[in-house]
Amino acid sequence: MIKNKRVIIRNHTAEANLFARRAFIALLGVFILSLILFNNIYELQVRSYEKYQTRSNSNRIKLLPVAPNRGLIYDRNGVLLAENKPVYSLEIIPEQVKDLEKTVKALSELLEISPENQRKFFKNLRRKRRFKPVELKSRLSEQQVALFSVNQHKFPGVVIDARLKRYYPFGDLTTHSLGYVARINRKDAQKLARENKTENYAATRDIGKLGLEKYYEDILHGTIGHQEVEINNQGRIIRTLDFTPPIPGKDLTLSLDIELQMVAKRAMQGKRGAVVALDPRTGEVLAMYSNPSYDGNLFVHGISSKNYKKLLNSKNLPLINRTVQGYPPASTIKPFIGLLGLDSKVITPETKIMDPGWYQLKGIEKKYRDWKKWGHGWVNLNKAIEQSCNIYFYDLAFKLGINRISDMMEKFGFGDYTGIDIHEESRGILPSVQWKRRRFNQPWYTGETVSIGIGQSFWSVTPLQLAQATSILVNKGEIKIPHLLKATTQSLPPIKQGNETMVEQAIHQEINYENKAPIKLTNDKYWDIILSAMHDTVQKPSATGHFAFKGTHYDAAGKTGSAQVASVAQDEKYDASKIKERKRDNAMFIAFAPYNNPEIVVAVAIENVAKGGGGTNAGPVARQIMDQYFGHRFDKKQKTK
Amino acid sequence: MSMRSSGQDQHKTPSFWQRIHIDIPLLLGLLSLMTLGLFVVYSAGGQEFDIVIRQAIRLGIGLVVMLAIAQIPPLSYQKWAVPVFVAGILLLAAVLLFGHVGKGAQRWLDLGFMKFQPSEIMKLVVPMMIAWYISQYNLPAKLQHIFIAFVLVLIPTLLIAKQPDLGTSLLIASSGIFVIFLAGASWKLIGLCVGLASAFAPILWMFLMKDYQKQRVLTFLNPEQDPLGSGYHIIQSKIAIGSGGIHGKGWLQGTQSQLEFLPERHTDFIFAVFSEEFGLIGVTLLLTVYLAIVMRGLWIATNAQHAFTKLLAGSLTLTFFVYVFVNIGMVSGLLPVVGVPLPLVSYGGTSMVTLMAGFGIIMAIGTHRRFNA
Repeated sequence: MIKNKRVIIRNHTAEANLFARRAFIALLGVFILSLILFNNIYELQVRSYEKYQTRSNSNRIKLLPVAPNRGLIYDRNGVLLAENKPVYSLEIIPEQVKDLEKTVKALSELLEISPENQRKFFKNLRRKRRFKPVELKSRLSEQQVALFSVNQHKFPGVVIDARLKRYYPFGDLTTHSLGYVARINRKDAQKLARENKTENYAATRDIGKLGLEKYYEDILHGTIGHQEVEINNQGRIIRTLDFTPPIPGKDLTLSLDIELQMVAKRAMQGKRGAVVALDPRTGEVLAMYSNPSYDGNLFVHGISSKNYKKLLNSKNLPLINRTVQGYPPASTIKPFIGLLGLDSKVITPETKIMDPGWYQLKGIEKKYRDWKKWGHGWVNLNKAIEQSCNIYFYDLAFKLGINRISDMMEKFGFGDYTGIDIHEESRGILPSVQWKRRRFNQPWYTGETVSIGIGQSFWSVTPLQLAQATSILVNKGEIKIPHLLKATTQSLPPIKQGNETMVEQAIHQEINYENKAPIKLTNDKYWDIILSAMHDTVQKPSATGHFAFKGTHYDAAGKTGSAQVASVAQDEKYDASKIKERKRDNAMFIAFAPYNNPEIVVAVAIENVAKGGGGTNAGPVARQIMDQYFGHRFDKKQKTK
Repeated sequence: MSMRSSGQDQHKTPSFWQRIHIDIPLLLGLLSLMTLGLFVVYSAGGQEFDIVIRQAIRLGIGLVVMLAIAQIPPLSYQKWAVPVFVAGILLLAAVLLFGHVGKGAQRWLDLGFMKFQPSEIMKLVVPMMIAWYISQYNLPAKLQHIFIAFVLVLIPTLLIAKQPDLGTSLLIASSGIFVIFLAGASWKLIGLCVGLASAFAPILWMFLMKDYQKQRVLTFLNPEQDPLGSGYHIIQSKIAIGSGGIHGKGWLQGTQSQLEFLPERHTDFIFAVFSEEFGLIGVTLLLTVYLAIVMRGLWIATNAQHAFTKLLAGSLTLTFFVYVFVNIGMVSGLLPVVGVPLPLVSYGGTSMVTLMAGFGIIMAIGTHRRFNA
């Protein structure tokens, strides 16, 4: 019964019908709203599924770049010249340490960490996530690493992180050829971006800045690897999903012989200058040393501005790679001028001129002096080279004229890059009418051709160019491009196959260099005439180069040179002891051996020598290189015979 | 299926379930939601059993409350509607004056031995009160009665909105309005109300909504404008749902939830976890269960023999659907974020107990009828 207090006459059927209608309408509303919900979910889960799946994955999956190991560099005998050494740093994972202050204090006492490092740590701490390691001290010494390792159990949450850094075990011995790597700076980053290499360098910190490290950066660097990880909303790594190992950079095997390099350094002790040794048969650079040098390792960790200033402001300019810097070639140019004389039929081997000690052009007052005050008397080509007679070459150069000289000298590579595989090379200066016009906007004066014949005046030739030109000479016109890289080796990361780890054979690749078009002479015997004169220069007891190569067990040939740095006034006597050091003559020497079948060419330049010329100063350096090169080779042969 | 057993056939002797006033279809619906909820809570709550056990205990309490309330003859609520409603209004006022501040809103009343949220009770009392008031007169309700009913709804709604608790005030308002609608308010009037409501919106915006509530609405309108700030919730939630696809990523395999990209995973945003792991198939199933419960509730209401019980059961049922609609709507980016849980699935206490009490009332209405008649 109805329990209402007031008695109302109710039409129950009507009310029930009304309610049923309204309930039905409400149910319809519920269905419609449910359909709206369903449609929205359908939109998200079906129509936009891929979009949201991608977003979900980009939420959780991160690609962590893994830097490839930089290729190593070896000398021609497999001696390691550039390696990657682990550098240790002490790091703390904040969330794993209960009392940070106490831990840092204890560590500081144990490892003698400076208050500055500690301050830096607490500063960095605030900027990092609790589970990301924060560095307390970088570049731990071996002792510190050992000391910490023994005590590690006392320091949960403190770890040692090892990172590979470039190391050059021979220090300043190899810097000018190897160069060095250092931190990628903004300019490097922009360059990488321009070349679309940014991605490949995502995990790389250092880049080649100089020398081979720069030239072969692409080969040495390798290809980046990736660790695909799943992270949570804090960025904490939950697990590794996939790993693509990096492909290490290729190892380089150089043509350099580190022992030869050492000998070069020893021979150049206390001198400023450069030594280049080439194998004329291949163009391989056997030694390349510029003195004074500096330690490239300084730059790897970021050189302090104090140290850098010291290098930059040093009077001896250690930063300059003198093997590829220009010097006046002086008399070392004479064999080439002589060859041109023969080839252009201006002279024959028998042509003789009278050398009274000076040379004069018709109608001109100026006297061009010989180095020997009283002259050499009657000289032919052979004697002129052997005795380094200036008058003969003044005359010859004058007769040849500047155009013929510059055309031929260009073929020998003067005034242009040799194409060696470092970027620091300079072109030097090949004097020519065009060059003078370009450089000074002046015409060429006939008188200027005279000094060109003895490698003075505008000439500027790098020791490398000189060695290269000599190689062409001993090769009788064949041109091999000088190079430091002999072969590359691609070592491959080990591949895991089940339980077995497969190590694939490293891929070794010898580099083949193309030759340039050879120099052709009207008569091939001209080569022999010049080479023979150079042989005499070293072998004849009275010749200019004899002093240096007395009593060698191999058969050497060569040419001396002494370059004037400061001009000496007419009739003034040059006396080195009375002249400021920087204005003294440079000593030059080119040599090759064995005479009959040359295997090595050496060019030496020494700046501002105190006494004597190329024969006495630069010659002995060349000899020490050759002594080392030939070693006891011939002795042994003789014994076995 | 077993719809008949709940009381269609009045000449049969009452079954065991009828004697303990349990409606089996409704119970089955509720239990399947609860079971599903426990699995999702386990996944969303960092796979810890603690949280599942706590939720299970709550659900148990909810079931006991439901069973207890189901024993009360529904018509007896008529006697209590007015005093309880008045007491509720006073308590709401007290909350505003002395209430405990939690999460920037005053919702709790500290009674010394327990904290108490009067707005929860009002979820039941308001439809009771309105149903009582309107059922005194013949249906369809007359305009002046509807007007008074509106005023009665508005008072607690505004008091709760002021706390501020937009979600609850929305639920309470709709529970009252559902009664009025079911009581046969004319369509003209309904049209007029919709007009008035849209006029009321700017007032609500300017005077009643707190900054964080406004922010929610703004974020809702364009979540991508602040993807790391206030838009983060909704973006991550949509990513979770969308990336679930048709089949879902599998239970415990939802990366958005397991890797904690999704905020409020086990409470208000649990639907996103569910959708991510069970996909459109799971969503369809879930919506079907909810719809089944709503249909059963409306069925009971339609078959109730008194206007008061009809109106009360109908309103409670429809309000239950509002929970579902608002929660899923907000989690999937259809509605602004208001704090409404997914009923019987979301982890959390008070509102679930209230819901179960509501189902207790519905069950009472469905099972006491024969004895009242």
